[in-house]
Amino acid sequence: MSFMGDLMNPAPLWHNGPSPGAFYSFPGNATSLRPTGHTVQDFRAHSATPITTTTTVIGLRFDKGCVLAADTLGSYGSLARFRDCNRLQKVNDLTLLGAGGDYADYQYLRDIIEQKIIDEQCIGDGLQLKPKSLHCWLTRVLYNKRSKMDPLWNNYVVAGVQDGEPFLGSVDKLGTAYEDATIATGLGAYMATPLLRDATEKGPLDEESAKALVRKCMEVLFYRDARSFPRYQLGVVTSAGVTVEEPVELKHDWSLAHMIHMK
Amino acid sequence: MSSIGTGYDLSASQFSPDGRVFQVEYAAKAVENSGTVIGLRGKDGVVFAVEKLVTSKLYEPGANKRIFHVDEHIGMAVAGLISDARQIVETARSEASNYRSQYGIPAPLKYLNERVSMYMHAYTLYSAVRPYGCSVIMGTWSEHDGPQMYMLEPSGVSFSYFGCAVGKAKQAAKTEIEKLKLADMTVKQLVKEAARIIYIVHDELKDKQFELELSWVSKDTKGRHQVVPREVAAEAENLAKQALADIEDSDDGEM
Repeated sequence: MSFMGDLMNPAPLWHNGPSPGAFYSFPGNATSLRPTGHTVQDFRAHSATPITTTTTVIGLRFDKGCVLAADTLGSYGSLARFRDCNRLQKVNDLTLLGAGGDYADYQYLRDIIEQKIIDEQCIGDGLQLKPKSLHCWLTRVLYNKRSKMDPLWNNYVVAGVQDGEPFLGSVDKLGTAYEDATIATGLGAYMATPLLRDATEKGPLDEESAKALVRKCMEVLFYRDARSFPRYQLGVVTSAGVTVEEPVELKHDWSLAHMIHMK
Repeated sequence: MSSIGTGYDLSASQFSPDGRVFQVEYAAKAVENSGTVIGLRGKDGVVFAVEKLVTSKLYEPGANKRIFHVDEHIGMAVAGLISDARQIVETARSEASNYRSQYGIPAPLKYLNERVSMYMHAYTLYSAVRPYGCSVIMGTWSEHDGPQMYMLEPSGVSFSYFGCAVGKAKQAAKTEIEKLKLADMTVKQLVKEAARIIYIVHDELKDKQFELELSWVSKDTKGRHQVVPREVAAEAENLAKQALADIEDSDDGEM
């Protein structure tokens, strides 16, 4: 039966002609040098890696509000390149936003949020964007961007007061979102979260103890996180409004690292 | 009117033989039919006051506002066709927003005025469109430039003013404004004057109902354009009513 050829893999009906619905492509032509049968891929550079990065944001809910903290370092890889990268933003009287990750991506979204707030003020009905709404909006923006394979490389922490209740929520670069009494992004998720949870499990905190706890976490993170910095900002939001402190310098004493000897 | 029947008033793209563009003049007429709007530039800020005529009792109080926020720092009071004016507000807002995203700072009023007036002027050039039937007053205050105020007309011309008025009773309002020493006055004083002027120039016989709208942008508001707080506005309005009553009393006395 070999005269019938290979029944299972028949030879093509014709060779070297145009494929159905296509133009004939002459052999040797630059466009015909591609491997056949492959569609042209559009290799676009997406933000596969963050460039100038910032590290942990800490958020903690207390009885009447929330406190956020973040250092002011912009790292270029492991290089401590920029020392004055503020990343706590007063959104409005109800809401405070903190961001970690790629600083340029944060700046981009910050400008959009600022314009959003202005547009809202222009309406002039006295209504304001609420923290839960901003949190939800951020999930939509970040999820959309990641679905286009072009994420904004950030962690956002939204802190605020809504209907008299403190609100603390986080969104990551994939659009994953959650609310919690304690939030720490980046390396802080591993090193600060246990400290924060320990304290909150013992009962509700007041503003002063919450601030003190967050300062303690910033200190721990400074000793342990190699991308951290001793200058940091603290922001508090209560029903009285939002305050973002000027950056403060934490006191560090490396004599506690007695196993390390400088040569 | 000399323009009617000549055929030169049918298009904004054609001059009349004596060098006028009648469509633009008709647009100015549309503005003259609207409630009076005044802008006062004092030493520490700008005050807007609007006589908003209420054409039906069925409107909710505060409907069809005539004072708008363009950006945090810029306010706009409008006279003329409200729908035309809203479009100008929208244009100004997008210009201000674009400026912010490009340069990262609030748009200077001088720049915004140029953009918006060029936009309005473009509508005086073509036969396919009609000019805007509104005049707008824009104002701001900044630490660097102090108070600034511009008025734009349907023709696309705009000037910076110490005090300006448009609408029905603009002549009477201008006469009142000219009596003020604007450069020495604070917005707190001006807001009372503004309310008084609107009440004085209001024609009770022709237009029964009106609402007074007041806004300011000043050093005290940290350069933010705001509606004048209720208590301050109420005080100004009461003083205005008082002043009006006094005038009427003295008129009666003479008779």
